[in-house]
Amino acid sequence: MVRDITIGQYYPAKSVVHRLDPRVKLVSTLLYLISLFLFRSISGYLVATIFLVTVIRISRVPFSFIVRGLKPVVLLLMITVLFNLFLTRSGDVLFHAWIITITEGGLVTAVYMAVRLIYLIIGSSLMTFTTTPNELTDGIEALLHPLNKIRVPVHEVAMMMSIALRFIPILLEETDKIMKAQIARGADFESGNIIQRAKSMIPILVPLFVSAFRRANDLAMAMEARCYRGGEGRTKMKPLHYKHRDYTAYAIVIIYVIAVFAIGRYLPLHIWIF
Amino acid sequence: MDMVQTEKLVFEYEKRDEEGNVIGVSRAVDEVDIDVQEGQFIAILGHNGSGKSTLAKHINAILVPTQGTMWVNGRNTKDPEELWNVRQSAGMVFQNPDNQIIGTVVEEDVGFGPENLGVPTDEIWQRVEDSLRSVGMIEYRHHSPNKLSGGQKQRVAIAGVVAMEPKCIVLDEPTAMLDPVGRREVLKTVQKLREQKKVTVILITHYMEEVVDADKIYVMDHGHVVMEGTPREIFSRVDELKSYRLDVPQVTLLADELRKRGLKIPDGILKKEELVEALCQLN
Amino acid sequence: MSIKLEHLNYVYSQGTAYEKKALNDICIEIPHGEFVGIIGHTGSGKSTLIQHLNGLIRATSGELYYNGENIYREGYSMRGLRNEVGLVFQYPEHQLFEIDVMTDVCFGPKNQGLSADQCKERALEALRLVGLKEKYYNVSPFELSGGQKRRVAIAGVLAMRPKVLVLDEPTAGLDPKGRDDILDQIAYLHRESDITVILVSHSMEDVAKYADRLIVMNKGAVMYNDEPKRVFEHYQELEKVGLAAPQVTYIMHDLAGRGIPVRTDVTTVAEAADEILRAVGS
Repeated sequence: MVRDITIGQYYPAKSVVHRLDPRVKLVSTLLYLISLFLFRSISGYLVATIFLVTVIRISRVPFSFIVRGLKPVVLLLMITVLFNLFLTRSGDVLFHAWIITITEGGLVTAVYMAVRLIYLIIGSSLMTFTTTPNELTDGIEALLHPLNKIRVPVHEVAMMMSIALRFIPILLEETDKIMKAQIARGADFESGNIIQRAKSMIPILVPLFVSAFRRANDLAMAMEARCYRGGEGRTKMKPLHYKHRDYTAYAIVIIYVIAVFAIGRYLPLHIWIF
Repeated sequence: MDMVQTEKLVFEYEKRDEEGNVIGVSRAVDEVDIDVQEGQFIAILGHNGSGKSTLAKHINAILVPTQGTMWVNGRNTKDPEELWNVRQSAGMVFQNPDNQIIGTVVEEDVGFGPENLGVPTDEIWQRVEDSLRSVGMIEYRHHSPNKLSGGQKQRVAIAGVVAMEPKCIVLDEPTAMLDPVGRREVLKTVQKLREQKKVTVILITHYMEEVVDADKIYVMDHGHVVMEGTPREIFSRVDELKSYRLDVPQVTLLADELRKRGLKIPDGILKKEELVEALCQLN
Repeated sequence: MSIKLEHLNYVYSQGTAYEKKALNDICIEIPHGEFVGIIGHTGSGKSTLIQHLNGLIRATSGELYYNGENIYREGYSMRGLRNEVGLVFQYPEHQLFEIDVMTDVCFGPKNQGLSADQCKERALEALRLVGLKEKYYNVSPFELSGGQKRRVAIAGVLAMRPKVLVLDEPTAGLDPKGRDDILDQIAYLHRESDITVILVSHSMEDVAKYADRLIVMNKGAVMYNDEPKRVFEHYQELEKVGLAAPQVTYIMHDLAGRGIPVRTDVTTVAEAADEILRAVGS
């Protein structure tokens, strides 16, 4: 089950996208997500599609892997599509039966919405596929660095993120072991109403919390023993430096955003089959 | 030169009831005097709860003495000015391999210590490479620690300490959670480090087999040092060791048993070859 | 109450890139009342194997019979099976959760639908069997020492009155005395109550002393399945797969190699002493 979720995973490959500075990828992803809301025309979608497909090809992440990442959100997608399909009333009526009415406007909005959501998810997961969790936290730390001035503990937050990333798999595995140990003692997690089920989680949650606190305590000690004393005076093993390719990437993304914006503004082409 | 030295070291912690009121004081370490010279291999033995881990945590200034003094590399661990010097000169490896690895990639974890010390980037890379090589984990440098075996994780933890270039490494029961293969791996690594880097090693354990090569052994019980001497001296006192809840290797037990039943076998047999040799001499 | 495994296979994450054969054609039979040791190093498949015994993992192929009944047939009650085959996992920390020892040990019987009085009766019986002192019955399980926690965890399963008790590395992380105490207690348990004991370990020395029979696992397959003496005859093969025979076995082999007429199928210190005295002392 847990293994099926590919969102947030790293996909190791040797590509230019993988080698880009994490800051470039974070900023670009953000810009791409914003760009998806700048247009309402098919030409806009065309540009966004070409851009996305090109980046996927360059990144060398297999398309099937990306599609697999969409599986867990299929239900959410369907709900959005159906809502838009049935509740938007504009333009010609295409279909009517009983209380169901589908209009041209509804169909268009539904399709647009679905595509937009899919691109949104693919766009952001492409970032995590091509960036290791560590690079990601380094990138976030560097980008948020100015917030240090208003006393936001940026380094500490980034450190917490990377520790969380390291311990999530360990705690998941531990949860599995605890569940098995309690099932062996006759615990039942599957039957009963919501309250009974919530109660049946206690035998899992208590050992899990006790263990998590113990780990936290051990880890804090180990970090202190290795002379950790916060971000001050600390050097970096992998400092972030913009390279030539990073500036090129920024330029391309900016050109893309301008293009999408211009098309949305000046070229509102509507080519419809109906 | 003295690497680690204590003088009447006492560590007490307060026992509290559920409301947080102090209901008593417990002595985990009681007037301990130890003396470790530079380059030595010292073992501290004791059962769970004997105070050996509490003592070990003093060497890294994670704990400071309630009474008495501890010097590490000539520095008093109670002196706040010296805290980071003490921690840098005495690195520490803990029992649970999962709970001391901070990085999500092996090489980044090894770089964590040098980063904290403010070592320049180029030198960090050099140190990471050197220390991963010295523990034999260089080919795993890009791996996630989660995919490694227990023994491998401990070797990464050791590399993380080595990269800080300490004069002394304290290993607090590094093998307690490992299987026999992992235990052998870790001990071999420690052995190799001693030969290559001439670093002082203090090994805390409850496995007697791991300490036969030590220069000196301290045995702890109830917070006291109750035995002190070379492995041969310590291992010849089988009944005493058993009374401190320690396990004696089968070969030492067998030699002791045979001696008690009248065979002329020398004291303090440590290795099976020695016993076989002694028995062959009898024949 | 026999357990019988026939051509049992288990494959992890079948059909994915992570596919891995964890158990390979396992055929073993464990008759009622036996004390069996399962030995293998980490990753040998021993933990996967025992999780099949109470149905926590379902075999990819092959059959498992409990008392002659195929547990994979439709409608077989896994709950019933888990009441009969008690499994104690390696770390007691994974199962202890209640406010005190007594309540925690009652968790199993409570899940079996017993009344509060019956639960308490079962819990008292189990706590006595594992040798935990009465003064700890009302203490929080988190305040106990490693060895005591282990006892409470075993009691928690014993209180369900299983016919088969499976223990996964019950001595991991304990000091030598703690380890001997727990193993002696398990041996006592086996003598006192009419149950089958299956002890999983990676220490040959531990298991050799207690088990009637050893099952040695390597790379997901059964490597040896015989009484300890017979298994240790293969000490060189065991060495190759990262396991070792007890130290005394090596000594006896070395002595025999040097021409001293001793038997080599010796596994404990006491036996070895007798044997050496017989050969040398006279």
